[in-house]
Amino acid sequence: MFKNENVRKLLWPAVALLVILLFNVFFTENFLNIEVKDGHLFGSLIDILNRGAPVLIISIGMTLVYATGGIDLSVGSVIAISGAVAAQLIRPGYIHGILEYPDPPTSLFVVIGVPLLICAIAGAWNGVLVAFVGIQPIIATLILMVAGRGIAQLVTEGQIPVFIHEPFQFLGGGFLMGVPFPVIVSILLIAAVYFLTRRTSLGLFIESSGGNPIASRYMGIKSRLIVLSTYVFCALCAGLAGLIICSDIKAADANNAGLFLELDAIAAVIIGGTMWGGRFTLAGSVIGALIIQSITTTILAFGIPPEVTLVFKALVIIIVSLIQSEGIQDAINTWKTKRAQA
Amino acid sequence: MKLLAKGLMARGIITLAILVAFTACGGKKAEESTENTEIGVAKDKKEIVVGFSQIGAESAWRMANTTSIKSEAEKRPNIKLIFADAQQKQENQIKALRSFIDQKVDVIAFSPIVESGYGPVLKEAKAAGIPVILTDRNVDLSDDSLWETFMGSNFYEEGVKAGKWLKDNYDRLKLPEKSSDTVNVVELQGTVGSAPANDRFKGFRDGIKDAPQFKITKTQTGDFTRAKGKEVMEAFLKADKNIDVLYAHNDDMALGAIQAIEEAGLKPGKDIIILSVDAVRGAFEAMVEGKLNCTVECSPLLGPQLYDAVEKLMKGEKLPKVIWTQEGVFPQEVAAKTLPSRQY
Repeated sequence: MFKNENVRKLLWPAVALLVILLFNVFFTENFLNIEVKDGHLFGSLIDILNRGAPVLIISIGMTLVYATGGIDLSVGSVIAISGAVAAQLIRPGYIHGILEYPDPPTSLFVVIGVPLLICAIAGAWNGVLVAFVGIQPIIATLILMVAGRGIAQLVTEGQIPVFIHEPFQFLGGGFLMGVPFPVIVSILLIAAVYFLTRRTSLGLFIESSGGNPIASRYMGIKSRLIVLSTYVFCALCAGLAGLIICSDIKAADANNAGLFLELDAIAAVIIGGTMWGGRFTLAGSVIGALIIQSITTTILAFGIPPEVTLVFKALVIIIVSLIQSEGIQDAINTWKTKRAQA
Repeated sequence: MKLLAKGLMARGIITLAILVAFTACGGKKAEESTENTEIGVAKDKKEIVVGFSQIGAESAWRMANTTSIKSEAEKRPNIKLIFADAQQKQENQIKALRSFIDQKVDVIAFSPIVESGYGPVLKEAKAAGIPVILTDRNVDLSDDSLWETFMGSNFYEEGVKAGKWLKDNYDRLKLPEKSSDTVNVVELQGTVGSAPANDRFKGFRDGIKDAPQFKITKTQTGDFTRAKGKEVMEAFLKADKNIDVLYAHNDDMALGAIQAIEEAGLKPGKDIIILSVDAVRGAFEAMVEGKLNCTVECSPLLGPQLYDAVEKLMKGEKLPKVIWTQEGVFPQEVAAKTLPSRQY
């Protein structure tokens, strides 16, 4: 039906997303309603995009890492670090009981720049361990996954600093022309990454480094450097997501910010159909991330009992992954041909 | 390109150095604080020596708990406290308890890190004739003669208090145009399966049992966190236009939900009456701003009650098997007055 392989691969994830949305149209009240409240858009669909922005942003970074044949388990912890550092910069005295802000207030440039720089260093640590030291990605990033949350807790000394910083709050809670700002950030990021990887040969380099690093190196591709830079980029995405989360709740919760988000991001990438070490699809990961968030929003809006929410989430993901799997696809095709012959 | 690679390598090494430095600091800190610290006045004949083994310093609540136990010991001249921090490790805690037994303290008190594994050391304490008080968390042992009393928060009662407060105050607080015949309540639960979530869930329902106008229309977990509280409340607000009351199992979730309510163009504390549990400082700040209506205390300040119990034990009095922490209910009206005195 679809000649283009890329489009065909996206078909099943897109169908799954549509089914989830259709389910809500019929069973959740006011699901499609989008109103304008206080000059900004307001509705469940907007929520999916807005709440999904952090997962979406991380899954873009994760897609590239995954395509190099790696995985980054540390993104959740990096989120915690970036939020903790930002909050600490805005209100350094809070954890010691000093409620005053520094005068003049910390500039937006510092509040965003410093955490991102630290995240880039964290990403470089992962990248060096994987690409140059040669540790398995799952182990290499596990180190920072465990240690990173500890570092974030050291930064905030185990407390939850709360703050007010008007320009910074815009990042997670602002609206541009009625659209939540995190949505705009994620769209810009997707566009930039799409341009960089699909309109230049960088995407091909990443895929070849994942598919066959040795052959790529003989071809003159600096595959180690490429792998390292995907980890740095992934950590930067996590840092950005961390800033959005922190700015949204105007507090840095080192214990819980980004907890288990790495699993959501990995699930999004896999649902989207990116190959481990090979072809990647950004559109697939975007759809994957939207599926994950739609499930969450469905659970909350529809009122599924909290005891079974995780089971429900798991079931949907298993079904989507099964439909996509080659074995099932082959079985369907054989069945179709048999019926056509009969 | 090679130069760039070298530069990146160098950066990696610096990161490594930073991480090593971090872990080194952590290790040193741990050594310092596992050493027992003695607080109290000069020894005299009548003084009571209490050995206390704390879990660690994992949260603001726990730190307030530690401060309460230490500062109350300083206030009482007849109490000498030997304080040991177990750094979240059961082996450290058991080591500390053994050292208390060796030092022949008068009373041992501790917050168990996990529920099991304390049988042997508690038997040693019993054999040495040292009474044991459990604080804040319980142990899972069939032989309850191994400890004198358990002292801690009654999560069930906190839920009941929240429910009763709502029943008694709703008519006074509601907007005039809202009816009191049916009141739609939504609930943000704590982490599924945790004791505070289970008990606050049950307690609240029992608190409003004889007031059928209160209907819990939605209940969902917010994992005790601000971010989840906000996300869940956003979804509630979209699916249901008639929410009158929000009951949150802790303050953090309520504070997140308040942001969601404001973003939906409603006034928290007025359009939606909000009550929560814990009574942390942030909740008082929200009450002063009029955004939260009431918080039920879950107090970590059990120092005074602990030493009262210790003194009674020393006088030879028998203690009840369970002592609940004294906890208050703080409505909005008293928030401004109480805020400066909040210790956590």
